Amino acid sequence: MKREGSPWTGLWAVVLKEYADHLSSVRMRILEGLILVVAVATVYAAAQSLRQTVGEDPFIYLKLLTTSQDPLPSFVAFMGFLIPLTGIALAFDAVNGEYNRRTMSRLLAQPIYRDAVLMGKFVAGLLTMATTLLGLWLLVTGLGILRLGVIPEAREVGRGLFFLLATLAYGGVWMALAMLFSVTYRQPATSAMATLAVWLFFAVFWEIVVRLLSNVAALVVMRGGTENELALVQVQLFLSRLSPNTLYSETVLALLNPDVRALGPVLITQLEGAVRGTMLPLWQSLVLAWPQFTALIAAVILLFAYAYILFQRQEVRA
Amino acid sequence: MNEAVIETQGLTKRYGDLTAVDDLNLRLQAGEVFGLLGPNGSGKTTTILMILGLTEPTAGTARVLGYDPLRHPLQVKRRVGYLPDSVGFYDELTARENLRYTARLNGIDRAEADRLIEQVMERMGLRDVVDRPVGTFSRGMRQRLGLGELLMKRAQIAILDEPTIGLDPEAAHEFLGMIRGLKADGITVLLSSHLLHQVQAVCDRVGLFRKGKMVLEGTFEALSERVLGGSYRINVEARRDGLERLLAAVPGVVRVTPVRGGRYLLEASRDCRSEVARRVVGEGGELLELTFERVSLDDVYARYFQEARGEA
Ligand SMILES: Nc1ncnc2c1ncn2[C@@H]1O[C@H](COP(=O)(O)OP(=O)(O)OP(=O)(O)O)[C@@H](O)[C@H]1O
Ligand SMILES: [Mg+2]
Repeated sequence: MKREGSPWTGLWAVVLKEYADHLSSVRMRILEGLILVVAVATVYAAAQSLRQTVGEDPFIYLKLLTTSQDPLPSFVAFMGFLIPLTGIALAFDAVNGEYNRRTMSRLLAQPIYRDAVLMGKFVAGLLTMATTLLGLWLLVTGLGILRLGVIPEAREVGRGLFFLLATLAYGGVWMALAMLFSVTYRQPATSAMATLAVWLFFAVFWEIVVRLLSNVAALVVMRGGTENELALVQVQLFLSRLSPNTLYSETVLALLNPDVRALGPVLITQLEGAVRGTMLPLWQSLVLAWPQFTALIAAVILLFAYAYILFQRQEVRA
Repeated sequence: MNEAVIETQGLTKRYGDLTAVDDLNLRLQAGEVFGLLGPNGSGKTTTILMILGLTEPTAGTARVLGYDPLRHPLQVKRRVGYLPDSVGFYDELTARENLRYTARLNGIDRAEADRLIEQVMERMGLRDVVDRPVGTFSRGMRQRLGLGELLMKRAQIAILDEPTIGLDPEAAHEFLGMIRGLKADGITVLLSSHLLHQVQAVCDRVGLFRKGKMVLEGTFEALSERVLGGSYRINVEARRDGLERLLAAVPGVVRVTPVRGGRYLLEASRDCRSEVARRVVGEGGELLELTFERVSLDDVYARYFQEARGEA
């Protein structure tokens, strides 16, 4: 049946309301405060250890993000778990919160489609995350200028922006998952726990699972030979790439380290002609990270689409 | 005959084996106040949701102002205001902010919205609290805010689900007055309730629901007539004139009409025969007759369902 009017009628109204809510919510203040402290601490520490090499390193600003200084992990490593948390915090009560506040039926009785409600919430979440990340990036750059005394080059800014984009996609995955659970579970506490559980599973247990599975696979294909071994590594890699965390860390690895020329196992033959220590131009790093990056986006789209379908069919009554 | 603003034909909703609404044919004329009456679970809310296009009927059709809520939900929702049975607002936002959001969803521009908000908040008696977070509002205030929202979007039809539930008697009374105000504005009202005397107080027509079926429909008088054969009416024969004042003072008596020869017809809000008898006798009157007809929607309702149970 053909519906009249655009499914996006009222989308902006929802986006603006949700965005304003996020910006003023205590939850986001806490997370932003945390991210701020982490950013300042890690970047400051990294700058400390990088001061000697200023001028030698053409990508010093990227090093700010990836250098870890004992006992602090790098900025990127911290982001790897603060961003999922942010994504989850932004969406775990997106839909069930409306039911619990009993605003859902009133909201849906306004001349808008459900599409606009779900999409509006998602876009507002992404906007909030983008705002935070952009602010963070400016802060890091500012700190860098202060501590290192050099202005970032265009190529660094370019990589930085793609890094932000990848981070946004990564956060988007967790946001979409949280939103999905907010549709399926009526209690925000349940949907928050469920999303956190999935995140924890991928952050901690997935590597273990992958190793176990590949050990099993190794038993099956015992009859050695490099070919089998290679196949095994590839299976392991494939499995590990089912985790958004792996996808993200590989994307970031390629984007923030211009000297990384391959992700995964490299055969010596593939390195033929490559000069050690040469840097890849941005577009080549992009090509390198492309599959991982698009996989992240695909995950966002799939999760969102699933949440969307479930939400469309849901009863209005709580 | 006026044109129908809401019309359903064979409207049916099934949840698995349960038929929540069964073959409903409903017709609301422009400007009337219609009451959906029925016990819990009889399908009132389901009917409302189907009329709004928020739930898809299993069978049958609904038309609202000539639009099909499934095909033209936006047209319908632009013209219909809905006050859900337990209306919620964003507690951390003020009343004004809540209404501004609704206004934006309805495509009303900011300046116009602010003007309308002032206007409706004044009318709903919420002008002084308009900048307070809704979290601090009482239930009655929320209800009125909901009604204000509906006025702000200039709804032609107001659909109110259990609008007075949880309100204290005074607040309920006040709210009913506001519903009558909607009617005075030419807004067609569909309300659901199981508080019968309230329905009786505001509705032009009522439809009695039972297990998803509208078993009785019509004006209150017509229903009373049908179910009970004709508010409490008490006939007193005391063989004495001049007892009007005394009888009128009996708690519950609303009006006293002297008939002749020491006969009186009392209209009462409750059964007060014993008190009437006591006072008449106390005054030295001879109580020859004390008959009584109960007429209220409660009785229509109770009697109806009693009979229906008896049949089952
Ligand atoms: N999502 C659902 N799934 C299954 N059954 C449902 C669902 N929603 C409602 N029902 C059933 O449909 C019937 C009608 O419910 P409805 O809410 O319309 O009644 P109601 O007249 O509004 O009652 P109340 O006075 O309690 O509000 C009930 O028996 C209810 O259990
Ligand atoms: Mg109901």
